[in-house]
Amino acid sequence: MTASPTPPSPSRPPAAPMPLSRKLLVALPVLVFAGLVAVFVSQLKPKDPNAVPSALLGKPAPEFSLPGYDAEHPGLATADLRQGTVTVVNIFASWCAPCVAELPQLQRLAEDHGVVVHAIAWKDKPDDMAAVFARAGNPFRRIGMDNEGRTVIDWGIAGVPETFIVDGRGTIIHRHIGDIRPEQVARIAEIVRTGKP
Amino acid sequence: MAELGHLSLWLALAISLLQVVLPSLGLARRDGRLVALAVPAAQTQVLLALAAFGALTWCFVTSDFSVRIVASNSHTLKPMLYKVTGVWGNHEGSLLLWVAMLALAGGAVATFGRRLDAGFRARVLAVQGLIAVGFYAFLLITSNPFARLLPVPEQGSGLNPILQDPGLAFHPPMLYLGYVGLSVAFSFAVAALLENRVGPAWAREVRPWVLAAWAALTGGLALGSWWAYYELGWGGWWFWDPVENAALMPWLAATALFHSAVVLEKRDALRNWTVLLAVVAFSLSMLGTFIVRSGVLTSVHAFAVDPERGLFILILLAFYIGGALTLYAWRAGQVQAGATFAAVSREGALVANNLLLSAALGTVFMGTLYPLALEALTGEQISVGAPYFNATFTPLMVPLIALMAVGPFLTWRRAHNRLASALALPAAAAIGATLTAYAFADTRGALALVGFALAAWLAVAVMVELSGHLRHGRGGAGSTWARLRRIPRAAWGMSLAHLGVAVTVFGVTASGAWQQETLANLRLGESALAGPYRYTLASVMPVAGDNFTALEGRFAVTRDGRAIAVMTSQARAYTSPPMETTEAGIKPLWGGDLYAVLGKPDGRGGWQVRLHWKPFIPWIWYGSVLMALGGIVALTDRRGRASAAVPAAEPVDPVNALAAE
Repeated sequence: MTASPTPPSPSRPPAAPMPLSRKLLVALPVLVFAGLVAVFVSQLKPKDPNAVPSALLGKPAPEFSLPGYDAEHPGLATADLRQGTVTVVNIFASWCAPCVAELPQLQRLAEDHGVVVHAIAWKDKPDDMAAVFARAGNPFRRIGMDNEGRTVIDWGIAGVPETFIVDGRGTIIHRHIGDIRPEQVARIAEIVRTGKP
Repeated sequence: MAELGHLSLWLALAISLLQVVLPSLGLARRDGRLVALAVPAAQTQVLLALAAFGALTWCFVTSDFSVRIVASNSHTLKPMLYKVTGVWGNHEGSLLLWVAMLALAGGAVATFGRRLDAGFRARVLAVQGLIAVGFYAFLLITSNPFARLLPVPEQGSGLNPILQDPGLAFHPPMLYLGYVGLSVAFSFAVAALLENRVGPAWAREVRPWVLAAWAALTGGLALGSWWAYYELGWGGWWFWDPVENAALMPWLAATALFHSAVVLEKRDALRNWTVLLAVVAFSLSMLGTFIVRSGVLTSVHAFAVDPERGLFILILLAFYIGGALTLYAWRAGQVQAGATFAAVSREGALVANNLLLSAALGTVFMGTLYPLALEALTGEQISVGAPYFNATFTPLMVPLIALMAVGPFLTWRRAHNRLASALALPAAAAIGATLTAYAFADTRGALALVGFALAAWLAVAVMVELSGHLRHGRGGAGSTWARLRRIPRAAWGMSLAHLGVAVTVFGVTASGAWQQETLANLRLGESALAGPYRYTLASVMPVAGDNFTALEGRFAVTRDGRAIAVMTSQARAYTSPPMETTEAGIKPLWGGDLYAVLGKPDGRGGWQVRLHWKPFIPWIWYGSVLMALGGIVALTDRRGRASAAVPAAEPVDPVNALAAE
């Protein structure tokens, strides 16, 4: 392919045959790319851009154990989600505006519908949380403090707030992305009541 | 007019075909006349592509609703600025912009690359033409921007209001300039692989093109993030959205590329690696276009979701990227390994820079594409969000920035200078900054403290490095000014860009660590505190714009009783198409931004408002501007121009080029 014929030049020894490992190394980019193309081809189907279902649907909730917020709101662990009743786990942060905006809806779930609502507080400070709760109420039974932000990664969240519904055996049956609007409370309560998504 | 544009586009396709075939034939047959045709072909292509783009712009400006995309994206009531920007506010038009930029890049090589070896330039232009052929075909076959509409509607349906914003108006052209600018590096790499011409001379020739594309990409990213900050009304500035990642990846690759090109130029090392980066950088740009256009990734930005088009682009990508990488696999073994070197040296530091940047690129790549691969293989669906990226990307940036301060002090081959004395001042500054933040600003987050330390470390190191030029410069009796002027532009560019990084790091850290946010329900006349600032809701009034109506909240801001500013935030309702958006009220002060958002009425006479005090957040974008400026300054370096001017001194024969090591 070279434009000019290539006579062996004196200072350049004839190329030694390439060792296999080097061949593989230089071919690696094209192999990775081939895999990528295969993936893309399989993904090129029409789909609803708003649907981001969770990998965890129908799967057991991830293993975790988090310290509590205060004496009335002890920590949260996987075992707490396997007590036989359907529970709601809300990923919360006091610095997140929609999380605060949905507190009244969670309050309604807890008080009007008798739903057990737990929270995982993502990288939050108790003082900030107390300020928010004082203003907007605290609907949570247990609050796990995810200070490192590791547990929420295990839950696979894309942002806060997100809300999961977990059945009595600790299996995730529903994921709600974004804040729960007032008109959505009934639907969430329905899922909790029937235990079916 | 539309037909004229359509015709220009077909002609541009024909010319780009010629631009591929004739020079390649000429090179094979050693026919100088055919080879020389590459240049006028590339220049003609520019005229035709610009004519097509101009024709479409004309259709938008005159609101010619017989053209389908004008009808579906424009409206007579739209302000003129957004009629023009509406040209690229849609799938077809933005791709037309993309190919027009591609033609411009080719034309620039043809026109300004006069000092390149004629055969090599023809080869580069042929590759450039080959890329253009595919994208013209894509445009004409699947996404004709000039398609007519019958019957002609009376009125257009308007542009997505979220796109009606000056920030977004100029963000795509800037970003595309960067994306497409990298095509030159790609063509250089492919041509060099074909001709076995990878070496220091090649690195020197390709570097200005990479720098130019990188500067544009930096500007594009900054504009995009600035837009997200004030238009989306969430108060954040980076969301790790797949589309943002798609633009960040080529930037990381391009950053790694021009650093490794320096090593190749000065020390003739990292040959294969540099060529691979040049291929990868533009490949990621094309991938970015594909991701946005095809809808394979779910994203807020996906405004053209169409699997048919996706498949077409995918075939193009498979051909271009797959072809280039296969060529690399085949030829890289024949590229002789360059020199080896000591770990503690300028080149050692640059290698570390490349490793860290590639690792960062890898984490973004994984985070963006892993969910896709997982779904394809197992049917499982997951989404990866900010927590993943914060946990993986940040730890890589810390050593990278730390090293960035050290690198410029190291000499080539083996460092033997007094590194410790050079770094004493930056180290003291870093410790000072950390202690100050801890003691006086009550900062407790470990990462925030590290951020302040890094920003001070890097900024002071840049200053020390510049002052070193002054002391050691052979200024003789010359004034400081004369010595300053004698610092090479490339060094100025590096210092500016590195300083920009320090400024951005400071902005990111300070705005994250010190921001204050308050959510409140305010009645008229009531007030709330955000940080030291007291916001009073003075009025809520209906206002009307050209094509929207809005409720405008007026906030009077005071600090310790002194009036600081009056800010307005609007909740807008657009009519065509119907949509609601928020315009955050932002008042930049020296120390940071006041940021207020008017929310919904609570039904009892109050309004939900979100009030922020975001210290130093504009520094994020000031830093980006410095970085882009650094790239531009380095571009004007005399050395780059001078060395490109002596092709005779460079072995023209590719074999000798290799032998000349």
